[in-house]
Amino acid sequence: MSTEKTEREAIFSPKNVKLLTGPLNLNNPITVQVLGICSALAVTVKMKPAIVMALALMVVTAFSNLLVSFLRNGIPARIRIIVQLVIVSVLVILVDQLLKAFVFDVSKQLSVYVGLIITNCIIMGRLEAFAMANKPWPSFLDGIGNGLGYGLLLIIVAFFRELLGSGTLFGFQVIPQSLYNAGYVNNGMMILPPMALITIGVIIWVQRYYNRSLIEK
Amino acid sequence: MKALRKFLDKQKPHFKPGGKFEKLESSFDAFETFLFVPNTVTHSGAHIRDAIDMKRTMIFVVLAVVPTLLFGMWNVGYEHYLSFGQHPDVLTNFLYGLGKVLPIIIVSYGVGLGIEFLFAQIRHHEVNEGYLVTGILIPLIVPPDIPLWELAIAVAFAVIFAKEVFGGTGMNVFNPALTARAFLFFAYPGNMSGEKVWIADKLDSFSGATPLGQAMIGNFHNFPSPHDMFFGFIPGSVGETSTFLILIGGLFLLITGIASWRIMLSVFAGGLLMGFIFNLWGANQYMELPAWEHMIMGGFAFGAVFMATDPVTSAQTTKGKYYYGFLIGMLAILIRVFNPAYPEGMMLAILLMNVFAPLIDHIIVKSNIKKRLKRAKVVLAE
Repeated sequence: MSTEKTEREAIFSPKNVKLLTGPLNLNNPITVQVLGICSALAVTVKMKPAIVMALALMVVTAFSNLLVSFLRNGIPARIRIIVQLVIVSVLVILVDQLLKAFVFDVSKQLSVYVGLIITNCIIMGRLEAFAMANKPWPSFLDGIGNGLGYGLLLIIVAFFRELLGSGTLFGFQVIPQSLYNAGYVNNGMMILPPMALITIGVIIWVQRYYNRSLIEK
Repeated sequence: MKALRKFLDKQKPHFKPGGKFEKLESSFDAFETFLFVPNTVTHSGAHIRDAIDMKRTMIFVVLAVVPTLLFGMWNVGYEHYLSFGQHPDVLTNFLYGLGKVLPIIIVSYGVGLGIEFLFAQIRHHEVNEGYLVTGILIPLIVPPDIPLWELAIAVAFAVIFAKEVFGGTGMNVFNPALTARAFLFFAYPGNMSGEKVWIADKLDSFSGATPLGQAMIGNFHNFPSPHDMFFGFIPGSVGETSTFLILIGGLFLLITGIASWRIMLSVFAGGLLMGFIFNLWGANQYMELPAWEHMIMGGFAFGAVFMATDPVTSAQTTKGKYYYGFLIGMLAILIRVFNPAYPEGMMLAILLMNVFAPLIDHIIVKSNIKKRLKRAKVVLAE
């Protein structure tokens, strides 16, 4: 204890705030770190499951970061992945049970993808890269931040896919019936996974156009 | 001609750096080289010095599809009136088809070239010529009744995502025209498949199924005769029906040296072989369909002649071209016979092999290097 800093850092010091906001843009887990693509393709057909999935992942990332950060000095380096996985899977099971209890229909739509949060690269990445080397509070914020960054992307992708693919948002019809009568047809390709990948590609394109520092040499 | 040249020369300074419209230089350049052969030829090095540029190459392909295009227009009218039991004269048929196909061509070129010019401006490079061909191929591979707004979206998608994101003409992995068709096929299946769409404004009681559509549901009575299928008096996409005229266009491409005969030949060989294998198997009526009839149905011939031979997306090595074409032919027939969701396998087969073309080239080059190394070692050992 004596080796650590004695002065207390403010709860929302600039450094900590950056942990929250960084993943929203310049350090986004999907568009910049390119992690967690698989679930981003699978759950973004409609807005509702995308938001639930984003919340689930945020909760799991934040609390697994917190718990691992508490234990970081006690975890033997050789078996750290196993310890991390146990913590993550306990949290995922809890989240899964909660979803089944309160939003059963969404839980059905998400199907295996809630369980697969265990293998989500974002979580393991944050545990290894951040929680194992930082104090609990910053680790918790880092988890929330990355969850938000993931959620933001999911919501943008789901917005376009549901709007163009089904003509609805949150299940309500947005595109007026008169347009359908005039010959408009929903774009069936938006519902297929390839279009999610292309949508993410376009987002990356736009993001890099405005943030030149992200372009690789 | 001279007056035009003079006019262009007079306008030129405005588009050079420092001029009034310097931002629009690439657009000006595009128009100028479209109208006149550029007088820039290679001056040094061991090159054949020829004024042929990509625009000339592309225009040959456009000329090659003109017969199928004109016939396609006539056939659109012919099939339409046939569904009403009428047989008007050639001109009426043609004019009806012209009215259907011309808007498709205008939209295809308008949207595609618009995006090409936009990208050229933003990126400050010359306008890519590739769209000259793509723009005429797209109208040939869509049904005559395709809603124009859907076509516009598909063209925009194809030009942006199949071509511009890879760096423009010459850099694309996928054939842009087929990408546009694949987009339409998956995004708006209601207007791209089934028996309703292949005849323009047909009478509802008249079945407009293409031979492929009939074969897929196992309907082999009143199947069109091979003669009709070869000469193209069948419903289908605008330019794909007449195998005869496609082959004439293909011959033109071969004589002018634009397309690869290796690819064309091996596509047909692959298709025939797969057809024969199915003939031998013969588990259902579709498999028993004579192998050569596959060649004149649907878009097989069109794909083999105009799509698979695209010099950018096909394999580049001599040996690789055989493998590339052969696999396209085999896969096309395989998809046709086995996959109930995709009546036409040619589009998917070519797109799939587009992805594998660089791999084929890689393997051919590697095996060549290996062979030569071995030969060198033998010489050294002696």
